[in-house]
Amino acid sequence: MKNSIYLKNVVTLNFNEDKCTGCGMCLDVCPHEVFKMNGKHMTIQNRDACMECGACSKNCPADALFVQSGVGCAAAVINSMLGRNDGECCCSSEPAGTITDNRGGCCCG
Amino acid sequence: MNNITLPVIQTESSCCGTAQMVQDASPHLNQAFVMGSIPTTAGDLPKVSSALKWQDHWGSIKARWGVGRMDYAIDPGLYALGNPDNNSPVLVTANYKMSFDRLREALPGRDAWILVLDTKGINVWCAAGKGTFGTDELIRKVDSSSLKDIVSHRKLILPQLGAPGVAAHKVKQVSGFKVYYGPIRAADVAAYLDAGFKTTTGMRIMIFPLVERIVLIPIELIATIKPFLIIAPILFLLGGIGGQAGFWANAANYGLFAVVAFLAAILGGAVINPILLPYLPGRAFSIKGFSIGIVTAFILLYLRDINLQVWPGRIEILAWLLIIPAISAYLAMNFTGASTYTSLSGVKKEMRWALPLQITASICGILIWITSLLIA
Repeated sequence: MKNSIYLKNVVTLNFNEDKCTGCGMCLDVCPHEVFKMNGKHMTIQNRDACMECGACSKNCPADALFVQSGVGCAAAVINSMLGRNDGECCCSSEPAGTITDNRGGCCCG
Repeated sequence: MNNITLPVIQTESSCCGTAQMVQDASPHLNQAFVMGSIPTTAGDLPKVSSALKWQDHWGSIKARWGVGRMDYAIDPGLYALGNPDNNSPVLVTANYKMSFDRLREALPGRDAWILVLDTKGINVWCAAGKGTFGTDELIRKVDSSSLKDIVSHRKLILPQLGAPGVAAHKVKQVSGFKVYYGPIRAADVAAYLDAGFKTTTGMRIMIFPLVERIVLIPIELIATIKPFLIIAPILFLLGGIGGQAGFWANAANYGLFAVVAFLAAILGGAVINPILLPYLPGRAFSIKGFSIGIVTAFILLYLRDINLQVWPGRIEILAWLLIIPAISAYLAMNFTGASTYTSLSGVKKEMRWALPLQITASICGILIWITSLLIA
């Protein structure tokens, strides 16, 4: 099956080529082949495939990548809008002010 | 070295939290799936087999149907798969039992150490998102299990989907262990080990094939049972207020159809949508669900054979053309959380227009339906 693409031109992925050392860690952790190696640096080859999981920015030793990470889950967004986080998914809420966005929902078992 | 603080995550208020006291002890030997123990410098550690027992399979089935799913956890800590020695690989996973079982059953006849992090019984992907499958917890478990004394190498194999929670370079700095991100699927771990910690491209890409979509249907359906049990009787009784016949005869006519239509809308969003996901029109999940709902509505209304010559019949049709697609679209939208390729930015963008439309269509649909009953 081909990799499915969600909405276009929405992701918050940001890449600073000047900082990139070309270590290739983002290639390893990205589950959707967003990056490719281009000579000594990475480049973004398929931005719309990004699901903002945050694996690349978390594992970039050069801080060359930024993404506002979060789980693309409507139920979680609704739960946080309603101010409840003890919905059907996952447990507890995150303590306020952590790096991750609200992760109230998700969980696919 | 100094940008890591070890004793964190404690402040988290957790609905399924285990006491911090027991967290760092060795895993218990008396858990049902443990086959014995293996002596190490760090004491006796539980030994497990790659062969699952019927209880393990039954546990997976129950969890898929939401039974005890939030409490399907094993003790965190270090386990021996087969008869590992100080050269055996160390595989890291979550303490959701299904994650642990998928990993060990994929490694028949192999010897390895399995380091189980305390993710509060949540799978690797979701726990990595929450940060419980994370840098700090990994460092803590490496330390508390005395892994340094048990293996002579300094390598940890993590599932790739744990990467959103773990900063490999920080783990190396603090613990001395180098993190190797293995394949996404447990089924590929054996091939990965045989290839000398090398993945193929296919191992690194997260796809969402039919079988993976189908196993998610039960949990989607379970979530709709409660609203259905509340709303269906109301629809049935509301049906009684309209029409020429008596209350119960009307309920059996309009009310029963309403219940069937509601059920069909639910099945469209929670069952048909996961099955047909890649083939449905549109990128937004709401559009996919809406398409199913429209088709469902036309089929049902055709079967109902409503009299289009009179106004009550016409507006009853209009009502269901609003209600059924709105419900299917809403449930399909909720499947974004289970899918493997939706981003939070995308979901928020979709919801900004889709959710108000779904709510408006449902409310208008219900009001129009009640009107059709009153004038019937």
